[in-house]
Amino acid sequence: MSSKTYYDPADLKKFGDIAEWNDDLAKRFFDWYNAVFEEGSLSAREKSLIALAVAHTVQCPYCIDAYTVDGMKRGISEEEMMEALHVAGAIRGGASLVHGVQMMNKAKKLGM
Amino acid sequence: MMIKSLKAQNHRLASTEEQLQFLNNGIFASGDHEKFEIYLQRNERFPLRPAQLEILQVNVGYMCNQTCKHCHVDAGPDRKEIMTRETMELCLDVLEKNQIPTLDITGGAPEMNPDFRWFVEEAHKRGVQEIIVRSNLTILLANPKYHDLPEFFAQHGIRVVSSLPYYRRNKTDRQRGNGVFDKSIEALQRLNEKGYGKPGSGLILDLVYNPSGAFLPGDQMQLELDFKQALKKDFDVSFSNLFTITNLPISRFLDYLIVSENYEDYMDRLITAFNPSAIDGVMCRNTISVDWQGHMYDCDFNQMLEIKTSPAAGQHISEFDLKKLTNRAIRTDQHCFGCTAGAGSSCQGTVA
Repeated sequence: MSSKTYYDPADLKKFGDIAEWNDDLAKRFFDWYNAVFEEGSLSAREKSLIALAVAHTVQCPYCIDAYTVDGMKRGISEEEMMEALHVAGAIRGGASLVHGVQMMNKAKKLGM
Repeated sequence: MMIKSLKAQNHRLASTEEQLQFLNNGIFASGDHEKFEIYLQRNERFPLRPAQLEILQVNVGYMCNQTCKHCHVDAGPDRKEIMTRETMELCLDVLEKNQIPTLDITGGAPEMNPDFRWFVEEAHKRGVQEIIVRSNLTILLANPKYHDLPEFFAQHGIRVVSSLPYYRRNKTDRQRGNGVFDKSIEALQRLNEKGYGKPGSGLILDLVYNPSGAFLPGDQMQLELDFKQALKKDFDVSFSNLFTITNLPISRFLDYLIVSENYEDYMDRLITAFNPSAIDGVMCRNTISVDWQGHMYDCDFNQMLEIKTSPAAGQHISEFDLKKLTNRAIRTDQHCFGCTAGAGSSCQGTVA
């Protein structure tokens, strides 16, 4: 049986290879990407935590790896990382639940 | 429960030959990665040559009251190697005759050497410009005979460099043992009481941060800010500078990397982060490291791998010859990727 899976951790290192088939757009993406994560009105530390939370929301295993390592390098504690995930989880869960209002509106309209 | 040193466990990695073999096989032997020497050659820096000698780093023994998981010295209460006063005399003569500005005393817990205070007093008397003591902090509270050490340090104007992996309890205790964080904070408060780490006192108290795991340290300046804010707010503790140091893949940290299946990824991380501009600042270029028996090494890590200074330069403090040492080729191996990764690493923190 093949041990290959859709996601290979080693592929993260090959991210830059996407330039191979469109150098110009890749360059623009990476320039923008790097600028996004620079210190700004938000600190690079805060941005790293946001990235980690978003990575879980979009369920990107590469991003989860990358921003867990990045957070640990920055001295962000496990507790802080987990809190960021709960924020992502709360928004995600809340986004489902808030549609309950729509469901209720519809049900109330249809019901007698 | 206190863990035993690799040596006391008769662990295979207690043998430096085994460590070096391990480091040179696997990813390097398979050709997946080029060796450190090749990286130096590519940057026209092979063999690596020393700069002016500024620091004599003297390891006065491997005995320690702690057994930290990442310790590259494999120090602990079960280690009995200890430097004699005779060897210390030789080091003092070398410092004086060659006007080496800095004596950096390390261990184990250097304070546990019975001649530690004598060594410091003599160095002070002989006018060594800067005396550094690398203290694990908890030793200051371990036994009443050490309780007056903050005062002793202050009297001799010693620069205290102390390890503190993190500004919170759990991470620190995981790396260094249960209860270490609280004791470290108390020791820092005692040092602060003597003026250490306070602006204007002239008494320098630096902290050392090693990542508590298989990752590289982040930005030194940012971590220093985080440490300063958190320690001040939570414990009213002040300090001078934070040095970030990369864990090198040797001894107990190597064991941890292998057991946790992080070895290859970690080496890959170090190699990928190779930074040519870190080469100039690596500690082996301005330091000579001396072991408890007086043997000389290019750095503390080479000491732990028993890679002595090149034979032509002399290998024992009794044959110290500044000219020969200045002309020597520094000996390197695959662990050296640790000092050139990212912002670089040395006993004084980042170098690039």
